[in-house]
Amino acid sequence: MIETERLTRRYGHLIAVDALSIRAEPGQVLGLLGPNGAGKSTAMRMIAGFLAPTSGTARVCGHDVQREPLAARRALGYLPEGAPSYGEMTVREFLVFIARMRKLGAEVGRRRFDEVVGWLQLESVLETCIETLSKGLRRRVGLAQAILHDPPVLMLDEPTDGLDPNQKHTVRQLIDAMARERTILISTHLLEEVHALCNRVVILAHGRLQADATPAELEARSRYHGAVSFSAAGSGVSQEMLGRLPQVAAIEVDPLDGRVTVFPKPGARILEPVEQLLREQGLEVSEIQLERGRLDEVFRQITTAQEGAS
Amino acid sequence: MSPVNAVMRRELRSFFVTPMAWVFLVIFLVLAGILTFYTGDFYERGQADLQPFFVMHPWLYLILVPAVTMRMWAEEAKGGTLELLLTLPVTLWQAMLGKFFAAWLFIGMALALTFPIWLTVNYLGSPDNGAIFAGYLGSWLMAGSFVAIGACLSALTRSQVVAFVLTAVVCVLLILAGQPQVMDFFSGALPRRLVNALAYLSMLRHFEAIARGVLDLRDLAYFLLSTLGWLIAGVLLLELKRVR
Repeated sequence: MIETERLTRRYGHLIAVDALSIRAEPGQVLGLLGPNGAGKSTAMRMIAGFLAPTSGTARVCGHDVQREPLAARRALGYLPEGAPSYGEMTVREFLVFIARMRKLGAEVGRRRFDEVVGWLQLESVLETCIETLSKGLRRRVGLAQAILHDPPVLMLDEPTDGLDPNQKHTVRQLIDAMARERTILISTHLLEEVHALCNRVVILAHGRLQADATPAELEARSRYHGAVSFSAAGSGVSQEMLGRLPQVAAIEVDPLDGRVTVFPKPGARILEPVEQLLREQGLEVSEIQLERGRLDEVFRQITTAQEGAS
Repeated sequence: MSPVNAVMRRELRSFFVTPMAWVFLVIFLVLAGILTFYTGDFYERGQADLQPFFVMHPWLYLILVPAVTMRMWAEEAKGGTLELLLTLPVTLWQAMLGKFFAAWLFIGMALALTFPIWLTVNYLGSPDNGAIFAGYLGSWLMAGSFVAIGACLSALTRSQVVAFVLTAVVCVLLILAGQPQVMDFFSGALPRRLVNALAYLSMLRHFEAIARGVLDLRDLAYFLLSTLGWLIAGVLLLELKRVR
């Protein structure tokens, strides 16, 4: 479990993290979302005990990171931003070093080493110097380091940043597999990641918490939530008809591909009436879709609305 | 294995994977030889002892120690591994001690590899080997103070070059603190008592007796306390970086 209470960090006059209160429970993958410079990494560094909070508290599995730093760190597996590791060491040496630092003991250490290496498919590079590894492999070594002691709480700072789509997929699968009984906090600025991984999202902007919701709840805030979009040849006539439907608030046409999006009035369901109307008009609809809502739109809305105010 | 030990072993290994450590060892040994035989008048003195050898040690350390300690924290800060290291379950003290012991042991190794000089002097005459042993021990203790200075100042910066220069400057000031030129310079400006206190901080002054093979408790205490003091300062600096 990770809890923060009014966690604050100042650099001189700049407030990097402003009274952040979040809570992540076992079985949860909490996504810390925000534009670059929103304070995601600073918040994580405080939870990991690398930076001291200016005020407020953070607890990992009930251990206050300031008062019981070692107990908190033992419960935590942490992948810092960019997955730093000692480049001159081989993967084996590095993981053995981490096992020693975490006092895993010979037997447990060897067992976990084998498990983690097998799981992250690092067997073939065990004797390779880390600095010669590809970015994706280095990220996997960083993950191996973070989960070596089988921690109940895992915190990953931009785990898929800079990886190619295949590598991203692998890393996400790993996180997904680990999520069941653990508490996982990941930071990201990639919205696709939220869909792929998180069951709750916290959005930060300018160090402040702007939203704390499930991805579905966020999507529901989108203008596009419940909207119906379709592509049809010669849809020009029907637009007027669609506009007369009582549930419809607005209609937009994509100037590039002519795709029509019909927006509902708040709370209205418009898929059926729209479909019916199109059928009556005898339009040949090549494809029709009920929109879930667009996270990127909500994200922009939430993170830029504040800019005007501050 | 304790974290201190784990950090120390990692550091020692990292010295030797790059050719730097070997280069330093060779430079140290060559310089030790040259300074002893040419500058120190080893033969001309006609005495079977290692005083000319030991007298040169503060100057040798002045070059060697900053080169060894400069990367200690600066490299970790720059490469981002500091965040990794300090979020592992170790205290700042454990990390600091691990790094300190690694560098100190490395200097100890360099020192031990000067044994041919000891063999030479035993071949040429019959020196007081107890005094030589005391000299080695004292020299290593002094090296500890130098290493602690380097460890502290490396925590101050992300740049290894800056760490090197700062360490070298502080070391040279501490070596020279008791020299007449420096004393004269300060005696006009500072009260006499302060100047004397300054002189007492001098490395040379405390190493003089040790080089002759005399282990005075006060000199040993000076080196041990200054080592401890600089290490404490280093840990405080790291803590300050965390809070700042």
